[in-house]
Amino acid sequence: MESIGVLMACPMNPYLEQELDKRFTLHRFWKVPEKSTFLSTHSNSIRAVVGNAFAGADAQLIEALPKLEIVASFSVGLDKIDLAKCKEKGIRVTNTPDVLTEDVADLAIGLILAVLRNLCECDRYVRSGKWKKGSYMLTTKFTGKRVGIIGLGRIGMAIAKRAEAFSCPISYHSRTEKPETKYKYYPSVVELAANCDILVIACSLTEETRHIVNRKVIDALGAEGVLINIGRGPHVDEPELVSALVERRIGGAGLDVFEHEPEVPEELFGLDNVVLLPHVGSGTVETRKDMADLVLGNLEAHFLKKPLLTPVI
Amino acid sequence: MESQPPEERSQQRSKGLPQVLVMKPPPLLTLFEDKFISSKFQLLKAWESTLPLDQFLTTYAGSVRAVLCSGATPITPRIIRLLPSLQLVVTDSAGVNHIDLNECRRRGIAVTNAAGVFSDDAADAAVGLLIDVLRKISVADRFVRHGLWPAKGDYPLGFKLGGKRVGIVGLGSIGSAVAKRLEAFGCTVLYNSRKPKPWVPYPFYSNVHELAADSDVLIVCCGLTAETRHMINRRVMVALGKQGIIINVARGAIIDEKEMVECLAHGEIGGAGLDVFENEPNVPKQLLELDNVVLSPHRAVFTPEGFMAACDLVVANLEAFFQDKPLLSPLIHE
Repeated sequence: MESIGVLMACPMNPYLEQELDKRFTLHRFWKVPEKSTFLSTHSNSIRAVVGNAFAGADAQLIEALPKLEIVASFSVGLDKIDLAKCKEKGIRVTNTPDVLTEDVADLAIGLILAVLRNLCECDRYVRSGKWKKGSYMLTTKFTGKRVGIIGLGRIGMAIAKRAEAFSCPISYHSRTEKPETKYKYYPSVVELAANCDILVIACSLTEETRHIVNRKVIDALGAEGVLINIGRGPHVDEPELVSALVERRIGGAGLDVFEHEPEVPEELFGLDNVVLLPHVGSGTVETRKDMADLVLGNLEAHFLKKPLLTPVI
Repeated sequence: MESQPPEERSQQRSKGLPQVLVMKPPPLLTLFEDKFISSKFQLLKAWESTLPLDQFLTTYAGSVRAVLCSGATPITPRIIRLLPSLQLVVTDSAGVNHIDLNECRRRGIAVTNAAGVFSDDAADAAVGLLIDVLRKISVADRFVRHGLWPAKGDYPLGFKLGGKRVGIVGLGSIGSAVAKRLEAFGCTVLYNSRKPKPWVPYPFYSNVHELAADSDVLIVCCGLTAETRHMINRRVMVALGKQGIIINVARGAIIDEKEMVECLAHGEIGGAGLDVFENEPNVPKQLLELDNVVLSPHRAVFTPEGFMAACDLVVANLEAFFQDKPLLSPLIHE
């Protein structure tokens, strides 16, 4: 399969790069100085694109690669792939569901605890030597707090299961109600926000869910409420969230994703009621290897004309 | 009236109510003073006097039957000797390592602690610290706040929590609450306790060394006693291993801190999440420079809900005592 050209959209995983190098002719898109020249030169040999949460395959790239057969994403999110275009051209799309569900759910709970119990703030407090001079104030209890989840898919359900172990009542908003779960359904995100203490974004990013957390939702969540985002930055109207945090109209936020990564609004850097992470939801040694193996497995299956492991299209 | 010492003034104010000695105000009292206004007792506030403590006790606390203490005001044999009428020690904490239990037993002095009310918060903090260490939450937050993400790119990977073998040292109220939570994350729970508990579904290990050898994580949830002092020693930590994580929400002295610092600095264990230290508020300088530790200023139980529940329990114990009713949370000497 060594003559098959695979275009990797951005750096994502050294092991994956290494394995792709062994099996295919790997092109590292981020090292190409002149992208349009490169694409016209290699347009006949590139048959696969490997993308992730930061860069995938938009309409322009797809059009420039007439021999493209498959887009394998090193992520579960598909928002960087023009799915309609892929469908139109008969291009297969795969992602990495299930293998990262637990890590993302673990991080959501980790963010909740870090925000409510001020763990990062406490750590800074001790490191700066301030403990010797005074006592630290009370933090907020997590056990028993009402958790509202936007999107009750694999990740949403995993978050619910974990929060239940902390005796948290669970409610959710989803495209459709899921009566088989015992959780309380709210038909709108505003109602969900008004009735929970901690609002977690766990849905996929689509046209419909862009800015699903807007000013109205932030107001409904309120001055005691906490927002946790382990979805995608564009789920939130970021300038609105920033001003709500700075003005203390919302209690706090734990954010793993931002609208324009890796840029993070600097107004957040000085706040003690936020925890800011550099998109590490699936960022463990174990899970990234599993994700890489899934990408490799899907590509191999495709080129050997076997059934794809985790097809989306 | 201004020339009267405060203790005489307060005695005149609420004549007749039995006194509860308080040597220094515990955080509970400072934060929720109103809750301690009772029709059954009044507080004898030693810290408001200019007299040295011993002299104050000898002068004013001769007939005091109850004392409210906390970690900062240990009940030593010396203090007990200065309180000939003492019948009850009430502490605001779950821990009782600051109370000489042998001396209390000898004198027939009952002890109550704040058992149970802090378990959820302590367990939440333990889980929070564990996820923080494994997933590098505090250190990655610092990375972002310093503007390093655009410059340095992707942050180094952390480690998965699911599937980890977690050894709980001390399966009491707090340890059980930790176990319940971690099961939901797909962890395998193991434990060591003074005695096995056949009704729990987790495998029992008769000593901490064996527990460590079979675990990826150790979470210290037991009380500090003569037996548990420095129980987590170098041998235990080496058995835990280079990827091993220690979480301590119990008492600093259960771990040989000096050895732990060496093990962390030399990569003999993988990381630690610490809410308590041997000599608070002093934290070993070497720890402040490590990225694989998360540090917390003994606040695992500091939530308003936990404190208010503790207040209620402390006051309820005192009121029960002065009405000759059964104590709510007496320490049972095993």
